[in-house]
Amino acid sequence: MSGGWQRDGYEAVIGLEIHVQLDTASKMFCACPNRFGDEPNTNVCMVCLAHPGALPVANAEAVRQSARVGLALGCRIPAASEFSRKQYFYPDSPKAYQISQYDQPLCAEGSFHVPGEGAFTVRITRAHLEEDAAKMIHAGGDAGRIQGSAGSVVDFNRAGTPLLEIVTEPDLRSPEQARRFLTLLRATVVAIGASDCDMEKGSLRADANVSIRPIGSAGYGTKTELKNMNSVRFLARGIEAELERQLGLVLAGEEVRQETLHFDPATGGLTSLRSKEEAHDYRYFPEPDLLPVTQDPDDLAALAGQLPELPVARFARLTGAGLPEATALLLATEVELAAYYDELAGRVGDAKVAANWVMGELQAHLNAAGIAADASPVTPARLAGLVGLVVDGTINQTSAKEVFQALVEDPAADAAGVVEARGLAQVGDADELGAIVDGVLADHPEEVAAFKGGREQVIGFLVGQCMKASGGRADAKALQALLRERLSA
Amino acid sequence: MAIDVIGLTAERAAALLRGRECTSEELAQAYLDRIAAVDGELHSYLHVDPERTLAAAREQDASGGDGLAGVPIAYKDLLSTRGVPTTAGSRILEGFVPIESADVVRWGDEAGLVSLGKTNLDEFAMGSSTEHSAYGPTRNPWDVARVPGGSSGGSAAVVASGCAPWALGTDTGGSIRQPAAFCGLVGLMPTYGSVSRFGVVAFACSLEQVGPMTLTVRDAALLQQVIARDSDRDATCTGPREPIALPEAGRLDGITFGVPRAELEAGVEEGVRARFDESLAIAESLGARLVDVELPYARHGLAAYYVIAPAEASANLSRFDGVRYGLRVDAPDVRAMYEATRDAGFGAEVKRRIMIGTYALSAGYHDAYYVQAQRVRTLIRRDFDAAFGQVDAILLPTAPTTAFPIGARLDDPLAMYANDIFTLPVNLAGIPALSVPNGLSEGLPTGLQIIGPAHSENLLLRLGAAFEAEHAFDPVPPAMRSAS
Ligand SMILES: [Zn+2]
Repeated sequence: MSGGWQRDGYEAVIGLEIHVQLDTASKMFCACPNRFGDEPNTNVCMVCLAHPGALPVANAEAVRQSARVGLALGCRIPAASEFSRKQYFYPDSPKAYQISQYDQPLCAEGSFHVPGEGAFTVRITRAHLEEDAAKMIHAGGDAGRIQGSAGSVVDFNRAGTPLLEIVTEPDLRSPEQARRFLTLLRATVVAIGASDCDMEKGSLRADANVSIRPIGSAGYGTKTELKNMNSVRFLARGIEAELERQLGLVLAGEEVRQETLHFDPATGGLTSLRSKEEAHDYRYFPEPDLLPVTQDPDDLAALAGQLPELPVARFARLTGAGLPEATALLLATEVELAAYYDELAGRVGDAKVAANWVMGELQAHLNAAGIAADASPVTPARLAGLVGLVVDGTINQTSAKEVFQALVEDPAADAAGVVEARGLAQVGDADELGAIVDGVLADHPEEVAAFKGGREQVIGFLVGQCMKASGGRADAKALQALLRERLSA
Repeated sequence: MAIDVIGLTAERAAALLRGRECTSEELAQAYLDRIAAVDGELHSYLHVDPERTLAAAREQDASGGDGLAGVPIAYKDLLSTRGVPTTAGSRILEGFVPIESADVVRWGDEAGLVSLGKTNLDEFAMGSSTEHSAYGPTRNPWDVARVPGGSSGGSAAVVASGCAPWALGTDTGGSIRQPAAFCGLVGLMPTYGSVSRFGVVAFACSLEQVGPMTLTVRDAALLQQVIARDSDRDATCTGPREPIALPEAGRLDGITFGVPRAELEAGVEEGVRARFDESLAIAESLGARLVDVELPYARHGLAAYYVIAPAEASANLSRFDGVRYGLRVDAPDVRAMYEATRDAGFGAEVKRRIMIGTYALSAGYHDAYYVQAQRVRTLIRRDFDAAFGQVDAILLPTAPTTAFPIGARLDDPLAMYANDIFTLPVNLAGIPALSVPNGLSEGLPTGLQIIGPAHSENLLLRLGAAFEAEHAFDPVPPAMRSAS
């Protein structure tokens, strides 16, 4: 699955362009709040409305956060980078140019490793800082586009908010690799705290450049661009659909046209937004209103040193502790779950036991409740109390599940109290167990005879009968040992 | 008291106020009367609001400020003024009222200066004659058949005609210095980055600065003290490197002037050349040394300028799209609306420069034009750097001609552009230059341009004061004397 997409002698060539909305207090070039959900056109000023005479001033925090992301992506952070004007007329672009970066980006030439089965590395072309456009809503007409709409309104609250655009080399070879890469990249940016990367809210948006070529060929086929996929799953599905479409064209002897496409996850269909003939000449030139961004090597070294543990390192740490890859990957990429796990593992003192609980009972409970780990009433401290009772043999696994449910239902309860109140302490006493075993053996002479005749698997049935007789509280290991002892006597 | 505002310097006006010889309101009223009397013919103001001006003056009288508080001023209509229409001389901004003032206007407000109004200019400061204003040309107070120069022609005319004691202009390629020379005034183009551009309607960001247009060199220093400040709203502005001092006239012993003789061969009018040569003699008589300097790339400044400035302008003016403010001409779809609005809103010269700039930045032409022009710009900077290794300042005429007749160059943009041949290399280098009156040629003022290295404003003002004292130039045009 993590290998390449290959069909009929063709392979996939995929590159991503990812826009990350940076979580700064103010916008990229003015002091307006960088905040969403407010009344339209309230977080605006002379600068982000592009009134005559307004000048941009670069947000130092956005520059700092971008450098941190760049460092996490293994990028080179040049000593000087430069803002440029990217020109196009559209009502969402108040200056009719976007301040972006052109040939001197903030972050250059990185590489990002995706570990696990079928591990692969993606080269990062660049990551550059720019401002977002305003938000437009088109009333009436064709599918939310300005052409043919009855009227359009513009909300400039988003205009000028900071965006980090991360561009990869065309190193991805399958939709699944694209999914894995974007999942890990997203987790990395979230871990850094530069953005919440919520694709549904649009704080992370991904475009994919997709082409196919004969397997083994070094050249590239004509690529198309899939715009604005708003979930990692839809990204993979959109790429899959586009690869199939291109393969169909090529096999039919037709040519792939260079165009921009929209993938509709509801129908699985692809629609063309614009073809190459309509492509813009953006007439880039260096932004004369801003000085070059300079980076001090000592500051960069300090920034790199202050980065938190990144998902790739976390994955290595967890697999090193003996966790299975799938578990380690989940705990490396799900930020809240990872934090929960770390605290639980610290309290329990056993990585594998903690991981089993997080991946088992906790995950089931979180999924059922539809909440994130940090919102669960069963805090790591409470769960650690329960795990401790299992580890020291006070209760068995069956009782533990009951206690866990009790902890979910009553936020005031603690594990020891539940065990006490419900009498769930396991029966491990030899005399008590002996009486139960003797009773069960006496009631099931046929199974005893079968066991002695060589059908050893009937012991499972006998264990079950004993457990039932103990009201589920028997120590399963001790029970098994005792049964074997009696049966072989 | 009746105040004679003709030829009244700002320094003298401040002295009258501080000596309680008049109130700010009386002073403002005297200027408003003067405006009412002569500006109908000159058309140097685009916006005057007497009630607002008098209210501001009364406020200054009541607050009992000192320094320059209560002294009137006129602002080029390229400078945003909060609550007061700002048109940049363009139809596309007709009726536009800024929500904030330019930093330089705020600094003026803080100093207690009282605005008399907004002065005429070439549309978006694109021109050398003020004939390209969408609201009609301004006339030269020295000869109303002639242009006052441009693009800050309105600011020059109001000061020369006694309709303001001083004014702020902007200089992108000579737009302060050339009209100052044409109208017999002092004009300072400061070092790039020493004055905030925030709120200055942008024409060519990498070239323009705001500066004073005054009757005397000391007034220029006083106004420069007000506006030369660091600003956190202009990333390219760091303020002056040292405080601006009030200059005194004196000898020039120990000063070495560079004279780029080769540049002077390029079509300088006879009378302008004669006055310039006289100033060279004055410099020597004051003890200065003259040496020849070479500025081999300066002659390519005109070509480089007319790529870089239009390139920046083509982007700066894209915001005037009819969507958010200013003129909108309705049309069936957004693209047609853009085209109709910009076609109706921009004048011919602005459209010409937008087209030149758009072309120069287009794929396939970008390297041959924009990148090449930036290389030339770097070479011109090096020319000046090399020259300032040898000399303290460079002397040139401000403009190769005196004020030309209205309409004379309107059909010949290249001849119009050539009038800035001595001024625009200075903008390309980002260094300061001062234009001081340099005597008359056939009854019309000429200007002496003193160019210095970055942040040499204090030196330039001191040198300017020395020439000013020797010339003893009367900045009041004869026609304006009799008009009072
Ligand atoms: Zn803003």
